[in-house]
Amino acid sequence: MARLDVKPTRMELTKLRGRLSIATRGHKLLKDKQDELMRVFISKVRENQALRKQVEKDLHKSFQEFLLASAAMSPELLEQAVAYPKESISVDIKRENIMGVNAPVMDFIRKLEGDAGSIYPYGFVQTSSELDDAISKLYGIMDELLELAEIEKACQLMADEIEKTRRRVNALEFRTIPELEETIRFIVMKLDENERSTITRLMKVKDMIEADA
Amino acid sequence: MYKVAVVGDKNSILGFKALGIDAIPALDGDEARVAVDNLARQNYGIIFITEQMASLIPDTIERYNNQMIPAVILIPSNQGTLNIGLDRIRDNVEKAVGINIL
Repeated sequence: MARLDVKPTRMELTKLRGRLSIATRGHKLLKDKQDELMRVFISKVRENQALRKQVEKDLHKSFQEFLLASAAMSPELLEQAVAYPKESISVDIKRENIMGVNAPVMDFIRKLEGDAGSIYPYGFVQTSSELDDAISKLYGIMDELLELAEIEKACQLMADEIEKTRRRVNALEFRTIPELEETIRFIVMKLDENERSTITRLMKVKDMIEADA
Repeated sequence: MYKVAVVGDKNSILGFKALGIDAIPALDGDEARVAVDNLARQNYGIIFITEQMASLIPDTIERYNNQMIPAVILIPSNQGTLNIGLDRIRDNVEKAVGINIL
């Protein structure tokens, strides 16, 4: 491991010792952060996978119904039927902090116009019942879809953050800290060596003075 | 307050329109890219996009990965799923853990 390019002085030694203690503390904190993020991430991602499978299955069913509906009705009528939705959907997004990751928390805000109760934005005279089925199925999936959006985004953001944290932890553990330790050892040895040489020199000088006297 | 949109081929997104979600039809990758970028600039919190369309514009989807808003979520189209959504989850796991543990 390469040692840092510094002069072996007492002042550098003190500085490096300070840096080492900060690096060690930072490493411990980041490691804790990484562990906790990983724990949350794994449970979330499992949930994410299950939810996605479920949603894809349900959506597939709804699409099948839609296909039947479009077979039973003319395309113009179908488009006309859904052209003016009765419901308007918006979403309220708040942020939740998971170990420094801003995960979204989403809430649907559904507004039904006119008479409540019926979600279908069309009269029943010209449309087929398959369309009703398809839309009611899709209506039921919306909550799951929202949950999927929320959890999938959270997983994505967390995966990024975990990767970043891991890089930092590794950089500290395998580069910064060993480098600092190596340099500190080098400086301590150098200083000791200097001290020893001073003592030897003094002893030599003393011998010379005594021999003269 | 954020809005919700869906981008994809006309047949797949028609149903969403009936529920009051803004449906933006796209026939090819270019249209889908313009649609997604436009929606992201406006006040849209969630953009659902069909996997068929998403497979044509992977770089655009990638761009919104590390932003909290909007969430670009892949859904299967009426031709079935291409498994891109599940692959993305797997990629996330591999990125975070190093190996696929699912």
